[in-house]
Amino acid sequence: MHKSKQDTANSSVWSGGAAPFAMGSKKLGMWLFIISDALTFSVLLLAYSYLRLANADWPKPFPFSPSIIFSTGMTIVLLASSLTMVMAVAAASRGDRGRTVKWILATMLGGAAFIGLHLTEWLHLIEEGVRPFSNPWGSPLFGAVFFGVTGLHMTHVAIGVIYLGIITAGFGRGKFSAEDVEVSGLYWHFVDLVWMFVFPLVYLMSVKY
Amino acid sequence: MSSHANAADAHVSPTAKLFIMVWVGLVAITGIEVLLAYKQVPPGIMLTVLVGLSLLKAAMIMAYFMHLKYEKFALVLWLVPAFMFCVMMICIFFFPDSLRLGNPSFH
Repeated sequence: MHKSKQDTANSSVWSGGAAPFAMGSKKLGMWLFIISDALTFSVLLLAYSYLRLANADWPKPFPFSPSIIFSTGMTIVLLASSLTMVMAVAAASRGDRGRTVKWILATMLGGAAFIGLHLTEWLHLIEEGVRPFSNPWGSPLFGAVFFGVTGLHMTHVAIGVIYLGIITAGFGRGKFSAEDVEVSGLYWHFVDLVWMFVFPLVYLMSVKY
Repeated sequence: MSSHANAADAHVSPTAKLFIMVWVGLVAITGIEVLLAYKQVPPGIMLTVLVGLSLLKAAMIMAYFMHLKYEKFALVLWLVPAFMFCVMMICIFFFPDSLRLGNPSFH
């Protein structure tokens, strides 16, 4: 009787047991990491919004052309890298090692291009006089939160490129499974997702007219 | 555990066409956001619309690219409300203070 009840419980949505979410431990671990990292970025973006609201002299250093057009290009590049990553995960689940490696390499290329474009933009702002605790236009805190938020995101992209490099090398040699590719894909899409909030809040809300 | 995951994945297989459609949707929403900035929409309206569109894009990425739509719904119920609760608590405690410190009329 007891065993029968146990079986019924394990077959329901709220079954619990060894795999309550019907997924591998690596994937579940990545989801937990993503939620904790999402809170980190949320706090940073909310801190940015807090300071933006609390300082009447908040700088608006991004002219539509070229800054917003440039950052829009960065957004498209990152979105494109998410598409190539999802293609890599699909190829890996089909067991197509060759295409998986090619799609991941395309994703890494997109990530590297994003970093290159972002560093170019950083250098341009630094040339204009933006520093972590000063700038020529207004509230000195702008540089701190701008470099803090975008720098942490860029670090995530850089770590993602290295992570994907390790995964693609291992998957190509048969050391890693399709699940490993999927887990790395979760991380990459999360990095893309964060930018979907950074771009409008940091750039589009600070357009210089 | 991996066998459970593979079994779950085997039930559904989103096509490349679906991924491309989602991607086109994400690019189109980005285009709308940039258009709002170009048209110099008032900041209060712009912030509201931008946050709404960003949440929509995040939902699309999580549902399709991160495969959350095809996972057990219990996972969504576990992760999303917990995250939203934390963010809402931060907003409730800090934003009235930022509005008090700064210019009440959003600039």
